Amino acid sequence: MWIYEKRLQYPVKITQTNAKLAQVIISQFGGPDGELAASMRYLSQRYTMPYKEVTGILTDIGTEELAHMEIISAIIYQLTKDLSMEEIQKSGFDKYYVDHTLGLWPQAAGGVPFTATYFQSKGDPITDLHEDMAAEQKARTTYDNILRLINDPEICDPIRFLREREIVHYQRFGESLRIVQDILDSKNFYAINPAFDMSDKCNCK
Amino acid sequence: MTNKPCKKDLLQWINVVSFAVNDVNLFLDTHPTDQKALEFFHEYSKLRNQAMHEYAKYYGPLTVDTTVESCTDRWNWINEPWPWQEGGC
Repeated sequence: MWIYEKRLQYPVKITQTNAKLAQVIISQFGGPDGELAASMRYLSQRYTMPYKEVTGILTDIGTEELAHMEIISAIIYQLTKDLSMEEIQKSGFDKYYVDHTLGLWPQAAGGVPFTATYFQSKGDPITDLHEDMAAEQKARTTYDNILRLINDPEICDPIRFLREREIVHYQRFGESLRIVQDILDSKNFYAINPAFDMSDKCNCK
Repeated sequence: MTNKPCKKDLLQWINVVSFAVNDVNLFLDTHPTDQKALEFFHEYSKLRNQAMHEYAKYYGPLTVDTTVESCTDRWNWINEPWPWQEGGC
């Protein structure tokens, strides 16, 4: 169950269109380290997570990522709003325009469509949390790369907010991993998969 | 009669208190017994709820649950601009 809130988590007010930048920033919508992949990753992983703190963090961060996807989408929408044919041709936006006009569609900056292969749901808490921590750092790097390409404060401001959230989420996933490892056998964290081997299925002991 | 708050200021306040609630929510997920964080959550959650109701009353609902605050004979949810549009939140 989700309830929509009719506001952005962080405001976006861009007054100057820029189709070239939109083509780069779209990677954080549908690219390999984008917000859509982030949300789907956490919301998929949470079902088999056996620890309530971690199920909570996956649900709540997965939900926040949807709000981040909306911020990125608002940025792209405002950067490409009412583009003239001349701007579309000059900026190289014509390749996107021919398939989607000015509609939003999740793809990477290189034009590769969004795919579930951008993320993993492995069904093993240690494995999934390592993936999640890496994902937050990869997104942080992507935002750093984007920030080097832009100097318009109207765009930089919400991008900086999103970059900062990657760091906070990384911290929370690190604490989650610690919670999981504190419960497991400290002599061998990998002796069992607590999301699979807890119901007498393990014949190896 | 209460003083009508400025739309821009009230929305900014909602963004501030909502961020505080969201951030401490994540912190509490991994620190569920932290008393200081719990107190902080309760304080800001209350402020957020008040502000959401106040906004709905004067400027239209931000959630379907607060549509009742702005009582008109029309469905208000679709009236105000969407967040990505000009004049939206």
